[in-house]
Amino acid sequence: MVTPRQELLESSFRWMVTARTMEERVRSVFKQGRLRGRCVSGRGQEAIPVGTALALEAGDVIAPLHRDLGAHLVRGTTPLTVFRHYLGRASGPSRGRDADLHMGEWSRGVFPMVSHLPDSWPVMTGVALGFKLRGEPNVAVAFCGDGATSTGQWHEAVNFAAVNEMPLVFIVENNQFAYSTPTTTQYRCDRITDRAAGYGIPGVSIDGNDVEAVHATVGKAVLAAREGAGPTMIEAVTMRMEGHAFHDDAGYVPDGLMAEWSQRDPIDHCERLLLGLGWDDDRVATLRAEIHAEVKAAWAEAEAEPLPDASDLEHGVYAA
Amino acid sequence: MVDAPTWFANDSVVAGGPQTGVTYVEAIRAALEDELADDERVVILGEDIGHMGGAFRATDGLHARFGDARVIDTPMAESAMVGAAIGLAISGFRPIVELQFADFISVCYDQLVTEAAKLHYRFGLAVPIVVRAPSGGDVGAGPFHSQNPEGTFAHVPGLKVVCPGTVQDAYDLLRASVHDANPVVFFEHKALYRSLRGDLERRVPSGPLGAAAIVRPGSDVTVVSYGAMLRRCVEAADELTTDGLDVEVLDLRTVFPTDHAAIAESVSRTGRLVVVHEDTLSSGIGAEIAARMASDHFDELDAPIRRVTAPDTPVPFAKPLEDAFIPSVERISNAIKETAAW
Repeated sequence: MVTPRQELLESSFRWMVTARTMEERVRSVFKQGRLRGRCVSGRGQEAIPVGTALALEAGDVIAPLHRDLGAHLVRGTTPLTVFRHYLGRASGPSRGRDADLHMGEWSRGVFPMVSHLPDSWPVMTGVALGFKLRGEPNVAVAFCGDGATSTGQWHEAVNFAAVNEMPLVFIVENNQFAYSTPTTTQYRCDRITDRAAGYGIPGVSIDGNDVEAVHATVGKAVLAAREGAGPTMIEAVTMRMEGHAFHDDAGYVPDGLMAEWSQRDPIDHCERLLLGLGWDDDRVATLRAEIHAEVKAAWAEAEAEPLPDASDLEHGVYAA
Repeated sequence: MVDAPTWFANDSVVAGGPQTGVTYVEAIRAALEDELADDERVVILGEDIGHMGGAFRATDGLHARFGDARVIDTPMAESAMVGAAIGLAISGFRPIVELQFADFISVCYDQLVTEAAKLHYRFGLAVPIVVRAPSGGDVGAGPFHSQNPEGTFAHVPGLKVVCPGTVQDAYDLLRASVHDANPVVFFEHKALYRSLRGDLERRVPSGPLGAAAIVRPGSDVTVVSYGAMLRRCVEAADELTTDGLDVEVLDLRTVFPTDHAAIAESVSRTGRLVVVHEDTLSSGIGAEIAARMASDHFDELDAPIRRVTAPDTPVPFAKPLEDAFIPSVERISNAIKETAAW
């Protein structure tokens, strides 16, 4: 008999490991010069998108960021689709128009991100308002990082959602750095959720590396939103374990910080919990091997596919 | 079927059959009302648009008829409004945003240009929103309530830019914009709101956006314009009949994407082109039209293309300055004469 807790941890582990394995694949081909553009990593932050997406229902909508690959996977986007996008393939979801994890399959309720953060937050107020106007019991979830909390659009979205009691959950992935800028340059309050009271909404700060805490906290906020209680602001505290993108060595991160956070890795933590629930090392190794093979095969398939033809350049600027 | 709009008791617009003496803002309001009545997906978002009826009263009475869920007052937050419209649009709604003044479009530029304009190209996701923006000067409103930002947005692939210059077009083009599957920035010239009157037939729009129209046929010179400059162009053309000039005036209606074919067709008959707009000169719509015509139809031109526009300055407040800023009938007339005489 699999308990709900075991089910959550098993799903979380699979998706977190898949996301990290995919990013490692991307990193290796990027370093080989086989991948155009830039690549970012969500290493160390996997529990936030995975724990969040697992707390949602089919009709809900999520607007993840470039470090939230796991959210796409939980919603059903396949590694093949993601890799086609990374590789700019004609078969990809943007047909080569956009890159890296600037993607989202809207049919799965995933809104594609842009570079300007948190631009998806005002958009998610509209999605949430739509649910409310139609009386649909669905919820929208919007992600941003600590840097985006300094922008005006962040304020506009939170305030608009609060005033209209929208079914919307705001998640700030506080990974300590916006490119090289530390949080002490970004804001003065102790916790970002200190601001929630100013908007008249609840705010909760949690350990973003604990997938159970993420799932439980988001689940509670989603339930409240579904029942008409309005938005919640969640700050998931984590650490960006790499540079801003693969080109960045993150030399500005103080000595010891990475080492400290590496002891709190979300996947290691989840694995320890599973071992405590009866998994053994063989089962972990077998699953990792399966995922590795799946990821490798997906990459090979995507890489073999054609790039878009230049004749496609001007198609689709406008909807018919 | 549109119910009798009783709150229009003091207005000239009523449902059913052509009306005369209808103002431009009444035509806007009629289009909003008919869209709300005909399509339950249509919602309006904006500041002070509910009980107050909007800064220019364009939504007067609509909240009373359609209620909180259709006519939605928002905080003073243009990015939130436009972003919310995008979110509603991809969820199946047909949102219309009212900006209090077109000048405020600068603070929601990002949502329009980064999100709305590119979602279809990137992911095939249609964004059917209309952003209504009262633009233009000639009302003594100074640098921040008088601008003509259409040229800025006519430079953004993925957006459509519409500038009605007649009462019937204020109605038809607004409805066509709501029916369009793309993000449309709809510039209503505020000087026309209550000064321009005309006939109005409340009807389902018969064609898509994008077609220019000849509003005054002629054979000697083509004058291309739109919005509030249109009537000045027609006035100049009428005056020039005494000089023996037969001037054609072409109304772009949809400024972008531009109906270059209609301009070329007219110029193929006249051989002479003057472009008139209230937006500023450099890198403007007139520059694009002139470049296209010079590049693609050089052999049909009998004279250099002239532009009559505002100078490259902000919009000033004091009357002599603003009068000098906005192209006058005299400036338009002189440019036509010079072009004809070349």
